[in-house]
Amino acid sequence: MKLVVVAGTPGAGKTSVLIHTVESLLRSGTKPAVVKIDCLWTEDDRRFERLKVPVTVGLSKDMCPDHFSIYNVDDMLNWAEEKEADILLNETAGLCLRCAPYPDNCLAVCVIDVTTGPNAPLKVGPLLTTADVVVATKGDMVSQAEREVFRERILEANPKCRIVEANGLSGKGSAELAELIQKGPDVTENMKLRHNPPLAICTLCTGELRVSKEHHRGVLRHLDGFLEYTGE
Amino acid sequence: MVKASRLTILGGVDKDGHHETLNKIDIYQGEIVGIVGPTGSGKSSLIGDVEQFARGDTPSRRTILIDGEEPSADMRSDPRKKLIAQLSQNMHFLADMTVEDFLRMHAKSRGRPPQIADRVIELANTLTGEPVHPTDHLTILSGGQSRALMTADIAVISDSPIVLIDEIENAGIKKREALEMLAGEGKIVIVVTHDPMLALMSSRRIVMKNGGMIRVINTTEEELKVCQDLDKVDNWLINLREVIRQGEVVEATP
Repeated sequence: MKLVVVAGTPGAGKTSVLIHTVESLLRSGTKPAVVKIDCLWTEDDRRFERLKVPVTVGLSKDMCPDHFSIYNVDDMLNWAEEKEADILLNETAGLCLRCAPYPDNCLAVCVIDVTTGPNAPLKVGPLLTTADVVVATKGDMVSQAEREVFRERILEANPKCRIVEANGLSGKGSAELAELIQKGPDVTENMKLRHNPPLAICTLCTGELRVSKEHHRGVLRHLDGFLEYTGE
Repeated sequence: MVKASRLTILGGVDKDGHHETLNKIDIYQGEIVGIVGPTGSGKSSLIGDVEQFARGDTPSRRTILIDGEEPSADMRSDPRKKLIAQLSQNMHFLADMTVEDFLRMHAKSRGRPPQIADRVIELANTLTGEPVHPTDHLTILSGGQSRALMTADIAVISDSPIVLIDEIENAGIKKREALEMLAGEGKIVIVVTHDPMLALMSSRRIVMKNGGMIRVINTTEEELKVCQDLDKVDNWLINLREVIRQGEVVEATP
């Protein structure tokens, strides 16, 4: 079983690129299954159902969606196994940029939109810097020079990644991504995350609603960068 | 610069899945070839096939060969090995950077020295009446300035043996000079256009219909003369535009 974790900023085109990629995977005789993780609502599963591949949705509700998908990795893999799939495509919700929900033995794919400007690859953080493949979408909306500058910026942030220029509308780049997925690693027991998640449990995580410092405990960072622990 | 002396387009299918009338075209170094046809006839798809070195994997099922062979995956994606420079219809910039910073970064991505940026700006300013300054922000450039800058960028930084042009619109840029700058010496230039002057500056033009290549027209002697007249008209219009921009009064031309 191979696991592909597809992360990226909202609206970057993760689902559109994946749909073309699933078509490519099917053509080459592999059996992909898709788990779409979202927070509150999604109908992306219907788009995948049209391709007649097993698809299921996980809604994280009030849990952090990346934490939710990391916590449920085994369940997702077991589900894919039951569906007789050989590749599990896990599309994440694409919200917080601080997490990188990639286990070590997966193919980590970060989808990023070229129209977000050449500084975007530097802002995205571990989501991009720990990815194996960076898929740059919407390149048809800018000049070749701007695409190339964007590419250079991706390589500055993640020098070892493989860049795929894709178009979610025409399907450009999907054949290349499908090829990389087939060459990706097999999952193993006891996988670990590539990058540590954000700082410890905060008071907000346990339901505190009041704003301002006096109501919060934990490892907290001040506006000026000072980091302190407050609590028992 | 990487070399390419011959580009071959092997025909595929039109929008109805029928074989194209033209099943093979060779384009040689030093040649400018036009692509003409009504909107929706498949001009941009044809240029798209060349740009991504189609190998029967695009809807048209065409195959592109360079010097008789299929290009490698590296040549498709790494800008430093890229055989193709493209001037697309999308000319507005989204990057919030100065002209100079942007050009320096583009030079770096193509493995060229950063000082080359000055040369790009200098050349761009020979194509447009409104000067581009190194400290200008990209997002405030006019359509003409953006086109001039991208044309010069392709000529100087991208310097690839194959140049694809998807319409140089007639907005404040000297078309003949722009095309000559892009063609440089010994390049293969393919230009999609409705513009009479650009179409007639090419030595041959491929006619598109319903997604397929239907024939090739060789530019005639008579067409070359028309092209020279068009060049005069184009320069006249550019001069008039400048007179009006400068707030002066237009005088009748004898």
